[in-house]
Amino acid sequence: MGKKQTGTGPLSRRPDNSAFKQQRLPAWSPSLTAQTVLPTFYILSLVCLLLGIWLLITVKNTYELKVDYTNAGTCERCFNLRKHAIDSRTACTCSVSFYVPETFPGDVFFYYGLRNFHQNLRRYMDSRDDAQMVGRKNNLKAPSSYCSPFDYYADGIPIAPCGAVANSMFNDSLTVMYNPTDVLEIQVPLYRKGIAWYTDKNVKFRNPPTNNTFTLQQAFEGTTRPLYWQRPVYELDDTDSNNNGFINDDLIVWMREAAFPNFKKLYGVLNRAQGPFTEGLPAGNYTLSINYNFPVEPFRGRKELVISMVTWFGGQNYFLPIAYLVTSGLILVTAVVLTTVYVKVGKKGKNMEE
Amino acid sequence: MARETGESGETKSAKVKKHKRRKSKKESKTRTVHANILYDHTKGVDNPNRHYANNKIKTTKYTLLSFLPKNLFEQFHRFANVYFVFIALLNFVPVVNAFQPELALAPVVFILSVTAIKDLWEDYRRHRSDKEINHLDCLVYCRSEKRYVEKYWKEVRVGDFIRLRCNEILPADVLLVSSSDPDRLCHIETATLDGETNLKQRQVVRSFIDLDCEFDPLKYNSVIECEKPNNDLNRFRGYIIHRSGKRDGLYKDNLLLRGCTIRNTEEAVGIVIYAGHETKAMLNNNGPRYKRSKLERQMNVDVFWCVIILLVMCLFSAIGHGLWMFQYGDKRPVFDVLSPEGTDLSPVVSAIYLFLTMIIVLQVLIPISLFVSIEIVKICQVYFIHQDMELYDEETDSHLQCRALNITEDLGQMQYIFSDKTGTLTENKMVFRRCTVAGVEYSHDANARRLAMYQEMDSEEEDCTSHGGTLPRRDSVTSHQSGKVVLRSQSTKSHRRTGSRAEAKRASILSKHTAFSSPMEKDITPDPQLMDKVNECSSQMEFIRFHSQSLNQIPPDLCDVFDFFIALTICNTVVVSSPNQPRQKVRRYELKSPVKTIEDFIKRFTPSRLTSGSNNSSSSSLATNRSSSHKVGCSMLSSPSAENTLTKLNEEKRPEHDLQHAFSPVPPNFDKTKALAQDECELRFEAESPDEAALVYAARAYKCALVGRLPDQVTVELPHLGKLSFELLHTLGFDSTRKRMSVVVKHPLTEQITVYTKGADSVIMDLIRPATDDCKGKRQRKILYKTQNYLNLYAADGLRTLCIAKKVLSKEEYASWLQCHLEAETAIQRREELLFESALRLETNLQLLGATGIEDRLQDGVPETIASLRKAGLQIWVLTGDKQETAINIAYACKLLDPEEELITLNADSQEACAVLLENSLHYIQAKFLCNPRPDPQAARDYAGINFSSPVCSPASSGHSSPFLVHRLGLVIDGRTLAYALDKSLEDKFLAVARSCRSVLCCRSTPLQKSMVVKLVRNKLKVMTLAIGDGANDVSMIQVADVGVGISGQEGMQAVMASDFALPRFRYLQKLLLVHGHWCYSRLANMILYFFYKNAMFVALIFWYQFYCGFSGSAMVDQWYLIFFNLMFSAFPQLITGTLDKDVSAETLQELPQLYMNGQNSEEYKPYMFWMNMIDAFYQSLICFFIPYFAYVDSDVDLFTWGTPITTLALFTILLHLGIETKTWTWMNWVSIGFSIALFFTVALCYNASCPTCFSPSNTYWTLQRLLGEPIFYLLCVVTPIAALLPRYFYRACQGTLFPNPVHVGRQLDKLPMDMRRIFLSQSQMKLGSLGSLFPPRAPFFPLCRPFQKDYRPRVKQAHMSSTKQKEKAISSPIPSKSMEMRDTPLSSKTSDNHITLNFRMQEKVQSCRQGSDGPLSENLHCVKEPSSPATGTLTRTKDTPASRTVLDSTGLEAPLSPTDLCPVRLLTSTPLLPQTETMQLTTPPSFFLGQKLEDEDHSNQKSLLKQARDVDHSQSTSCLQEHSLKTTFL
Repeated sequence: MGKKQTGTGPLSRRPDNSAFKQQRLPAWSPSLTAQTVLPTFYILSLVCLLLGIWLLITVKNTYELKVDYTNAGTCERCFNLRKHAIDSRTACTCSVSFYVPETFPGDVFFYYGLRNFHQNLRRYMDSRDDAQMVGRKNNLKAPSSYCSPFDYYADGIPIAPCGAVANSMFNDSLTVMYNPTDVLEIQVPLYRKGIAWYTDKNVKFRNPPTNNTFTLQQAFEGTTRPLYWQRPVYELDDTDSNNNGFINDDLIVWMREAAFPNFKKLYGVLNRAQGPFTEGLPAGNYTLSINYNFPVEPFRGRKELVISMVTWFGGQNYFLPIAYLVTSGLILVTAVVLTTVYVKVGKKGKNMEE
Repeated sequence: MARETGESGETKSAKVKKHKRRKSKKESKTRTVHANILYDHTKGVDNPNRHYANNKIKTTKYTLLSFLPKNLFEQFHRFANVYFVFIALLNFVPVVNAFQPELALAPVVFILSVTAIKDLWEDYRRHRSDKEINHLDCLVYCRSEKRYVEKYWKEVRVGDFIRLRCNEILPADVLLVSSSDPDRLCHIETATLDGETNLKQRQVVRSFIDLDCEFDPLKYNSVIECEKPNNDLNRFRGYIIHRSGKRDGLYKDNLLLRGCTIRNTEEAVGIVIYAGHETKAMLNNNGPRYKRSKLERQMNVDVFWCVIILLVMCLFSAIGHGLWMFQYGDKRPVFDVLSPEGTDLSPVVSAIYLFLTMIIVLQVLIPISLFVSIEIVKICQVYFIHQDMELYDEETDSHLQCRALNITEDLGQMQYIFSDKTGTLTENKMVFRRCTVAGVEYSHDANARRLAMYQEMDSEEEDCTSHGGTLPRRDSVTSHQSGKVVLRSQSTKSHRRTGSRAEAKRASILSKHTAFSSPMEKDITPDPQLMDKVNECSSQMEFIRFHSQSLNQIPPDLCDVFDFFIALTICNTVVVSSPNQPRQKVRRYELKSPVKTIEDFIKRFTPSRLTSGSNNSSSSSLATNRSSSHKVGCSMLSSPSAENTLTKLNEEKRPEHDLQHAFSPVPPNFDKTKALAQDECELRFEAESPDEAALVYAARAYKCALVGRLPDQVTVELPHLGKLSFELLHTLGFDSTRKRMSVVVKHPLTEQITVYTKGADSVIMDLIRPATDDCKGKRQRKILYKTQNYLNLYAADGLRTLCIAKKVLSKEEYASWLQCHLEAETAIQRREELLFESALRLETNLQLLGATGIEDRLQDGVPETIASLRKAGLQIWVLTGDKQETAINIAYACKLLDPEEELITLNADSQEACAVLLENSLHYIQAKFLCNPRPDPQAARDYAGINFSSPVCSPASSGHSSPFLVHRLGLVIDGRTLAYALDKSLEDKFLAVARSCRSVLCCRSTPLQKSMVVKLVRNKLKVMTLAIGDGANDVSMIQVADVGVGISGQEGMQAVMASDFALPRFRYLQKLLLVHGHWCYSRLANMILYFFYKNAMFVALIFWYQFYCGFSGSAMVDQWYLIFFNLMFSAFPQLITGTLDKDVSAETLQELPQLYMNGQNSEEYKPYMFWMNMIDAFYQSLICFFIPYFAYVDSDVDLFTWGTPITTLALFTILLHLGIETKTWTWMNWVSIGFSIALFFTVALCYNASCPTCFSPSNTYWTLQRLLGEPIFYLLCVVTPIAALLPRYFYRACQGTLFPNPVHVGRQLDKLPMDMRRIFLSQSQMKLGSLGSLFPPRAPFFPLCRPFQKDYRPRVKQAHMSSTKQKEKAISSPIPSKSMEMRDTPLSSKTSDNHITLNFRMQEKVQSCRQGSDGPLSENLHCVKEPSSPATGTLTRTKDTPASRTVLDSTGLEAPLSPTDLCPVRLLTSTPLLPQTETMQLTTPPSFFLGQKLEDEDHSNQKSLLKQARDVDHSQSTSCLQEHSLKTTFL
């Protein structure tokens, strides 16, 4: 602009002869014709093929086992009991036995799985208060309106943790017993802590400030437990006092809302410190005993225990290798088609160049 | 005079009082202006002027306070903005909200603020310039100080007196009350208003003319009553009412307009009438125009479809959600959250809520940023068009202006071009070429040769510059200069070249005011014969005058010659000035003004005065005094030889004392030193139209020079006679209805009152006095007859013809006419009409003096431009006001018409005749081209140049059942017939005929007809139209067309003001359309399609998810990504591509104009493409959704850990998609794509690492960080985009290989190295053959060339030879020989009657319409093939050929084959006066330029000739081979 004003010569309005202004920037202009594209196709096909094979081999060596206990074994009774909300306070335990055909070597992960449970509903997902979960005092007593209608009891006492997500927390407790023989019963030891994301446990979820004299219970004074809960939040884990309050691992895991209506969530990791479990989960008979609290009948859901190994790219999932192999095949097909095209019409294309 | 007015003043004052009373009632009609100095406090309550706007201008739209509300209000006029705000506000309703409400506002706020910032910036710039203007200084009279004091412009108020000095700019509309000019004139330059650089005279209000002493504002006590402010620059009416009650009219001649510059006037004083925003200049100042382009219209349809798709998706989701809710029945699942009130929602209610939620979630489908992006891209495109060096004209230092910012892409879709002729195709630089006086023709051969030299010079200069152009681009500036250096050295070598146009260019660069006076126009080499006559005549006159003999003794033909030149000199409005000095006039001793009253007339024409007038010393002394300031300025050619025309006019300096001693007394205030300083400068003629100037220059060449013009007097210098002053009694200005102008003068020699009239021949011929039977009458009839013949010849030469006539009035006649005229002049109502009638009364019974032929040269490169535009599939119609013959010949000259093609001429006298004519033409066309099946369709197409399913018509053919064919036919229609044809009943037929013709020529059409034609074609054929013109008469057509282009030429700026694009020259149209138009269109079309794809693809991802979340409207893509994805992450690359992508390079686009059809047929953006893109988008989104879905299904993944990879994948896919669609990758593309990806990751990482509680309810804390550590994320990133883009990539590759469209081929051409490509383009048959054959079959091709018989320049002989050789080669290949045969003998083999003759009788009127046709064509074909054949024997030339012929022979060049020689045009003139010219066979070349070329070719040296020949050879062979190759290859 300034330039324009300064130049007052006879050719002052002559445009600059720069590559940019004259739209003559050096440019690479690829043309998409058979002969330029074909190498790319073949290379891509090969790459995908190799990756696919590698993934396939990896997945082949992982195992997964699902035990549906919704109404299996002795749980039929509990299942029926939980149909009605009136009996929600009555405890119910049951057990399901299952067989592990092959030893799960290495780390074994125990999940609880829910089917047809829509944790991804929009209003359900929104019904939580992250500010409360980081233990801010103000938010503790005054939950966000997002939690509504699970923010206050009718008498005005705030709920901690508030919202539908926390309220509907999975509250079955599972115990897996290893039965190497008919008589012997060894409880499969599980790490029940450290199953949440590190950042969740340490950043996203914090308890209100406590000290030696000021207990967690005192910190939660003036709030009450969610409607469906049997215990208050500061008593979630009766074995480990450090796993109570908002930083309870189960709560944290639950609060991370699943993407699909059929999902699993980590319950524990096999503790390989001792006994027959040092090499992993040995094959054999097992019994799952459940403290059956979580009702699934109203939404026609299922509950299951999932025992799984984890590969470097996730759980046992054949899809990804197959996807790679199919893609590779498709590319190959198109490449072959293109090649025939190239051979047939190629001469013309060549002529064009010459 | 005073007595008279005093008397009538009494009665008038009474009227005024009445009027005043009335006025108070209807205040709104007029404005009353009092002088401010009459009122003490100019701002006081009692000042009657206080209500008027002051002179402070404020063009800003906003103030600081009003900006926000006002800007928002304006932005909400756009429907899209309202929609998005509505959606954002919807978010605040808790039941339906989808996002954090504040966040949902973000995009809308962003878009609004971008626009607001743009507006603010523009407004600030306006504010700054306003401030600058408001603070300019001017002199305002101050009552308290009793003098003029400096004040800011903004302080000027209505009613102030301001003093203006020379070269000052007027601050307001000012009524001129005083001028230092002795004639009470003030000259202004109105270039800023209308672009006309000539000076205009303004006159002091009549009541103040007689003031002797300086105007004293304190004595002023009149009241001015005038119109309310309006925007008509050419209109101003009012009265000034003096205290005495006297009333004087005010006209536009009294008003000085704001923005004009005072010139040539030392000082002027005026009273401000309109100030500030009420000035005419400001009222005329409208902003840029907004049009909606075709592409945008199409886009809006698809936006509408997007809305439908959105609604369908939302409805689907809503129903799905309702059903999902319904399936749970009464038992509410634990995850179904109740409403905040704790109540249940019924499935129906929640479905309704969900519908709204989904609209919010899926809002991205309606591309919010599309509108903003398009605006940005268009601004960039406009910028680049502005910057194009090749659209810059050095001569005028102007480049292309885009005045409409938003229709750039329309340039790429034009189908019809409507062009004006004069000033658009031609240069509008009028050059006097020949004349006929008293029935004798003076051919001005020397002049012709001289003009030819300029032409030759031009082409040579082009050669030089084009050589520079072949050098690498970077060096082109320097190479250009070196080109000039070469030129100069050449010019020193050959003397006669010094005055070429290059010189003229340089000169005109130096001084802008020489617009009409390049040496080419100024220097006219007189015809010796005529010169002799002039000399003889004037010497006789001198003799007669000194011996006081009667003028009757001079032979009538000499007398006619004398009158002829007098008429040329004085019958105009040319102002004489010298360029350096403002005109300083000597105060006259006696003041005369044009006759204004009867008394005045009687006084002046009493016999005593007449005798005293005949005393030549008094009259000539008068003249000298007046002209003494420019003294020797009158330049004379010392020798008429061509050799000297190039150097500066050789001024014949007369010793100063000569002048002084000849005329005494010396005026007291005459300044000798000044006069000396002026010795050097020549006179400058400033004319309103270039032809006037041309005539004045012509007359000067015959030493009949105009030296001074005053309102009442014209001074002419004649040889022997010296200076003669003609008393100018009246000037009846030119208007387009009368088509003539007249001056009434008192002849100083004969003392007769003489009327000189100059005008279009058709008009003048009707006004000639019917011949009497005596011998004088006989002579006159003979003159008339001869002149008519010559006029026809001139017209056939493409010259503009003007007839000059005179009439001598007796005193009685004059007196009676004057009575009426004065009444008309003083009339207040219908003044114009009355004046018009009065003029009609005067201009009758004229005596024909002669006629002139003025050449209007074609602009550079016009034929080439037309040829390439036509190859690009554009239909070119020429709409001109010129005569039919002139127009036809210009059309031939610019290759609009082809001598080979048949011409249908429609001239009808009545509606019925017109109907029959059209009917017959239609039948003829159908019979000839449709119902006559040809054995070989290929040949037929080739022969007739038919384009099957021509692209021009194919879009239109949607409305018509059969595709229209464009035949090798030309249609010529005149204005009268056009008026009939445009009638409702005939317009369809007319269109049917016109559209099947290759070129249409409408002559003698009025501006209104022009616009009607454009409107008709645009509306009926549903095609894109472009109108190009340069004058005020083209304005309406420019406004009607889809795209209006103005040529910023010499006829002022009106066309430019009305246009969307303004070009310096016609030939730039080629690059503008073929390159920029194509680019803009393809860029924008691709960008819009991409936008739709992108949004659909992204939104579909979320839609698929609804199947997994119970249709609850939740999204796995975090709201932040969702909202900023369009706005930030994927925005830049598409903008870069939309701005910079070049599908084909500029060179190839220009070399292969056929590529333009791509845009004409809207091939980049067809309706089905929208759907293809949508399908592709849905496919891609399916891939991008389901690959991650299945990869994560049954896992413990949470929503955002799964959603973030999808977002990333979508981004990659979308960017790669753009990569496939991008044709040229500059570093900016790479950078923008890299930037987009980097931006996404940066923003996402920051967002995921920042506050874990702030973005409730969604919480993606540390998600991406964790994902980046997981291999599955990368695995997905590899396979998904590949799978998603595979089909498109495959399709594009197939397209490029199997069915490449022309654009692909053009792109492949680009990839070849420069020199190789040139070779291919020019020589390789295969190359172009493949190109041609690769045109999709439905895409029609226009004949890639026209047959080579077309170019008849002798220098092309070599070209013919070589192309013949090529042809032989082509023939030797087996297949094409047949078509060759067909082409070689097309017409001759058919039948001998190539003339279309449509004869029919109607009410005893025979309307016949003959065809200019091609009888001897086949013969000429022979001579092309066999150069030795004596076909030239058939040529008949009427004049001046023998000499040149011999020269031609001696140079060994083949005889010239000018197109007219080949086809004698048969014309049936229907001039009623000339029954004897019923059939006139014209055997002159229609275009004299070509003939001209033949002659100057001889003079040019052999070398340049060879070079030219080679060039032509080049293009020739190219074009011809293109045609061949279409058949020779791949058949």
